[in-house]
Amino acid sequence: MSKEILTTQDLHLYYGEKEALKGINLNFDAKGITALIGPSGCGKSTYLRTLNRMNDLIPNVTITGTITFKGENLYAPNADTVEIRKEIGMVFQQPNPFPFSIYDNVIYGLRIAGEKDKEKLDAVVEKSLRQAAVWDEVKDHLHESALALSGGQQQRVCIARVLAVSPEIILLDEPTSALDPVSSSQIEATLLNLRHDYTIIIVTHNLQQASRIADRTAFFMNGELVEVDQTKNIFMNPAKKQTEDYISGRFG
Amino acid sequence: MNSKRQNKIAIGALYGIAGLVVLILLALLGYILASGVPQLSWHFLTAPAKAFLKGGGVGVQLFNSFYLLILAMAISFPIALGAAIYLYEYARDNWVTTTIRTAIEILSSLPSVVVGLFGFLFFVVKLRLGFSILSGAFALTFFNLPLLTRSIEDSLRTINLEQREGGLALGLSRWETVTRVILPAAVPSILTGVILSAGRVFGEAAALIYTAGQSAPALNFADWNPFNISSPLNPMRPAETLAVHIWKINSEGIMPDAKAISSGSSAVLIIAILLFNFTARYVGKRLYKRLTSA
Ligand SMILES: Nc1ncnc2c1ncn2[C@@H]1O[C@H](COP(=O)(O)OP(=O)(O)O)[C@@H](O)[C@H]1O
Ligand SMILES: [Mg+2]
Repeated sequence: MSKEILTTQDLHLYYGEKEALKGINLNFDAKGITALIGPSGCGKSTYLRTLNRMNDLIPNVTITGTITFKGENLYAPNADTVEIRKEIGMVFQQPNPFPFSIYDNVIYGLRIAGEKDKEKLDAVVEKSLRQAAVWDEVKDHLHESALALSGGQQQRVCIARVLAVSPEIILLDEPTSALDPVSSSQIEATLLNLRHDYTIIIVTHNLQQASRIADRTAFFMNGELVEVDQTKNIFMNPAKKQTEDYISGRFG
Repeated sequence: MNSKRQNKIAIGALYGIAGLVVLILLALLGYILASGVPQLSWHFLTAPAKAFLKGGGVGVQLFNSFYLLILAMAISFPIALGAAIYLYEYARDNWVTTTIRTAIEILSSLPSVVVGLFGFLFFVVKLRLGFSILSGAFALTFFNLPLLTRSIEDSLRTINLEQREGGLALGLSRWETVTRVILPAAVPSILTGVILSAGRVFGEAAALIYTAGQSAPALNFADWNPFNISSPLNPMRPAETLAVHIWKINSEGIMPDAKAISSGSSAVLIIAILLFNFTARYVGKRLYKRLTSA
């Protein structure tokens, strides 16, 4: 079996008539962090959301091409989006904890899946919150509303919530762009912790962030994948002129 | 300078208007309570009404009001909830949903006396339900359904897209997302809508005059078999409510203490509605807690 956990081949996505992704070929090895960068409107979010089929929610979207997850076609007619999203979790730009307690937020997925064992749930809560590097801050008020937390803490609780259902892949769409610098760097530290155990794909408009945390970086422009390589190479020695222009701040 | 002054004047005017509204409300409440509360007694609240003698009470009317309210809510709430969930969470915008929405819009702006007349013609006459609790409850459902549906839909709308995406992205199905994330999050707001509509239903008279009827036969509160004619639970008996009673006393009351009974009934009506608000708020909080930590 190949090391590739997720592959996309010739992926096109249309919003109505408008082609937002124009034939993306991009594969991901298991584990590690891949950053998706590019000017806004170039299709990063769109691409990310095809990977756990969140675009299914939008009317008039047409998708062609193939995406496979562990060798299976994500868009096969009998593919189960609910199962897919358990394996491929997602964290959004705006922290979106449910208006419940911290504890309930973290175990919500498991509880709905039918897990009742209190000890097991407690253990998962602690483990997930520790992994998300927010345990020490919230452990004394697990049963208070998650909405009372700061934005950065909320975002880490959202990461814990995803970790609790033990996905293989975690998608993050600009998870720090609504946060202050301190919270952002805490999130970055969290992701660096997780990179050994999860396949992480993060959209960011912050180039420094990509260079700090990503093993690999993919540069998108106008719905196309321009270049993907080790982060070092993208930033120090890009193969394409467009990448170089973008990195050096000449546009976008 | 000039704009600063304009601003000050505008703010002053707004405060004035707001103050005026509060003042009017307080004056109304004060007047009703001041003239009504002295009439209240245990006897007044429990005794049956008297047609042309002094000293009647509103016990039966009070019971009828609550019974009708509960029945009407029991019928309209599940329908409104289902309709709102369908319209907001599932239905795509097309001519079917547009038609439903327009229908709801029109229904909600019908004067309640028209709803009452429709109820009379359809439930009382056509379906031969007679002047009965059941006719009244159906009429109230018609009256209540559109507003309740709209208010629940508005409650669902206040839960933003991120919450829905959060649920789905966790691997919850659409239905689980609606029932386990969206609804609990919307409970306080849904409950507020339910309370408001309960208050309106409780105080409604016009829709009931020709459906639940204007007579309140004495009830035997020891008999809870809904099939007996004097049982309070019998849904086929005519049932004048408190609001209808007030209307009736004021238009054709011939008992010597009509004025006092009308004031007393108004006070009871107002107090009941205020009580609704407070208890429901409390219940809402409790319910929210239970739903979110079950
Ligand atoms: N729901 C949608 N309907 C129609 N067009 C959309 C929708 N979402 C995004 N787009 C368009 O698709 C393009 C890519 O958007 P997006 O993936 O959000 O870009 P990025 O995340 O890189 O900023 C943009 O031109 C955007 O206007
Ligand atoms: Mg985006």
